[in-house]
Amino acid sequence: MTTVALKPATMAQALTRALRDAMTADPAVHVMGEDVGTLGGVFRVTDGLAEQFGEDRVTDTPLAEAGILGTAVGMAMYGLRPVVEMQFDAFAYPAFEQLISHVARMRNRTRGAMPMPITIRVPYGGGIGGVEHHSDSSEAYYMATPGLHVVTPATVADAYGLLRASIASDDPVVFLEPKRLYWSKDTWNPDDPQTVEPIGRAVVRRPGRSATLITYGPSVPVCLEAAEAGLAEGWDLEVVDLRSLVPFDDETVAASVRRTGRAVVVHESGGYGGPGGEIAARVTERCFHHLEAPVLRVAGFDIPYPPPMLERHHLPGVDRILDAVGRLQWEAES
Amino acid sequence: MTVMEQRGAYHPTPPPAWQPRTDPAPLLPDALPYRVLGTDAAAGADPALLRRLYAELVRGRRYNAQATALTKQGRLAVYPSSTGQEACEVAAALVLEERDWLFPSYRDTLAAVARGLDPVQALTLLRGDWHTGYDPHEHRIAPLCTPLATQLPHAVGLAHAARLKGDDVVALAMVGDGGTSEGDFHEALNFAAVWQAPVVFLVQNNGFAISVPLAKQTAAPSLAHKAVGYGMPGRLVDGNDAAAVHQVLSEAVAHARAGGGPTLIEAVTYRIDAHTNADDATRYRGDSEVETWRAHDPIALLEHELTERGLIDEDGIQAARDAAEVMAAELREHMNQDPVLDPMDLFAHVYAEPTPQLREQEALLRAELAAEQEGAH
Ligand SMILES: Cc1ncc(C[n+]2csc(CCOP(=O)(O)OP(=O)(O)O)c2C)c(N)n1
Repeated sequence: MTTVALKPATMAQALTRALRDAMTADPAVHVMGEDVGTLGGVFRVTDGLAEQFGEDRVTDTPLAEAGILGTAVGMAMYGLRPVVEMQFDAFAYPAFEQLISHVARMRNRTRGAMPMPITIRVPYGGGIGGVEHHSDSSEAYYMATPGLHVVTPATVADAYGLLRASIASDDPVVFLEPKRLYWSKDTWNPDDPQTVEPIGRAVVRRPGRSATLITYGPSVPVCLEAAEAGLAEGWDLEVVDLRSLVPFDDETVAASVRRTGRAVVVHESGGYGGPGGEIAARVTERCFHHLEAPVLRVAGFDIPYPPPMLERHHLPGVDRILDAVGRLQWEAES
Repeated sequence: MTVMEQRGAYHPTPPPAWQPRTDPAPLLPDALPYRVLGTDAAAGADPALLRRLYAELVRGRRYNAQATALTKQGRLAVYPSSTGQEACEVAAALVLEERDWLFPSYRDTLAAVARGLDPVQALTLLRGDWHTGYDPHEHRIAPLCTPLATQLPHAVGLAHAARLKGDDVVALAMVGDGGTSEGDFHEALNFAAVWQAPVVFLVQNNGFAISVPLAKQTAAPSLAHKAVGYGMPGRLVDGNDAAAVHQVLSEAVAHARAGGGPTLIEAVTYRIDAHTNADDATRYRGDSEVETWRAHDPIALLEHELTERGLIDEDGIQAARDAAEVMAAELREHMNQDPVLDPMDLFAHVYAEPTPQLREQEALLRAELAAEQEGAH
């Protein structure tokens, strides 16, 4: 048996590695966006790539998100695989016209003749003390658009594996990067940076019997923390990390909820019209007879993302999660 | 028969001679940025205005330094300094009448302060206690705008509305060189020209959009040249020459107020500091470039002119510096106090009338805060 040397790495480093490996493996892969070249991106995710692959493959674009994504469409038409960076969640909005009217539906409107193998990297979410327009969770908009894959890693290994899979995908993928996890460290093996993680598989991050916390991205570590804290209350909480919002892994999620009989969906984007509503409905449809309680949601408030000094009140934290778990009608058990 | 011959057969007479809708020549900017300081034009400049500009430049520079220091102390989340660009900031503010409107970008705190906004209120966004620290109607300053170029169509709409109402209000909208690449910039300019809206667009070309130099942003001869394509005049001005910026802006404002329509002004300047305190400028530019621009400092240029012409003496210079110190001390003092925030404010202004759902969420937070209080005792 060979022992693998595990090393600490940040999610940002794993993403860089994924881009580098993808570009090495396939000359069709191009990286483009604002400040991705010389600067290496404002989060340094593209650090060193321009030096290694040159400006033609790692391109500082003019400052225009609609232009970035729109030209990526044309590049994809001609056989390239663009990986575009939207600098921050809320700055992707100018590109929505291209995203929704073209990227998402090109395969469909051309009866499969014109696939769009574009990966759109979007740093998203709050918790980093960013000023206005730097903390949005926009996943619900993406999820509501047929034709897009929507994935979001919560671990260093998944950051690598899912980004490789996204770039390899023949369909457009909105790759949501939880900003506040960029610098979170994990151990992984940089010599064999994990297998490519297929898009569409959820994973049980922590097994438990009392209830399932269904979550993704930046809320995964919060849920794991809540699960630890829940032990004091006598709750053994299972945590399911969705990893992929589209496609959705009904099986893993339903299997978990059937085991535990109770579920709370946790995410930091707003609850109304948010991802949690869809997830709760799917769980109810599949697990109704196994449920001991309604599926609850713990989400950000239904407000524009607040200024940094108030964001701790907005973001779902351990207490709010455990509070919801407490409301899962435990008396039904006795 | 070739296609062309065929065409000839269908169109035996040539089409009428084509005429441009507007003569492009008068719209074209000068080849070099317009300057006043150190030229013959300076003799015509109003001494009182020059002194006023000087005092504001000195105050502005001090403000930038103080705000930057506050980021180091963790009192501000972030600060995009306009050091080196003060002439644009100050001239933009001083050129407007009270009834006019300013549409700043996130870097233009100084323009807002020079227009009379309280220095502390101007920093609210960057401190992180609320998104906009002032009532925009009070000073006629739109919220400092973070998404690039998105405030430009707003400026056009406001100016248009004012004109529809019969008010002679002008809107001045500020944007960076990078922002000119956004679709909103294009759309705003086009609307403004088609509607002949009383708007002045001021582009501060400070060389970079974060790390991306102008050459990667545009292939146009200058950003001012972009005006011609929309049918409005483009003006190129030395952005470090406060008298020149003020003059070019005031001509454009007067033109707009008189019903002459919009103008696009490119002020050529330089961002001396990094993009924000979070940015490492050494990654994309060399020191020597910065030093060249330091030698063309807006304060030094104006100070030289004022001194040469005997319009200011050592005492006058000292007085400007003292006033700036007073402002800085007050700013420090205010910013070093923790703001008192009410978390319930989160729900106060989402809708005029909160939805039932928001009321529920409000109740949840109130209960949490009460429990927190309890736990603290
Ligand atoms: C729509 C949009 N995209 C991206 C950003 C991120 N961003 C903030 S400032 C900046 C550079 C702006 O450069 P420029 O317009 O030249 O203004 P300057 O910072 O030089 O004043 C970028 C890319 C943003 N704020 N808005």
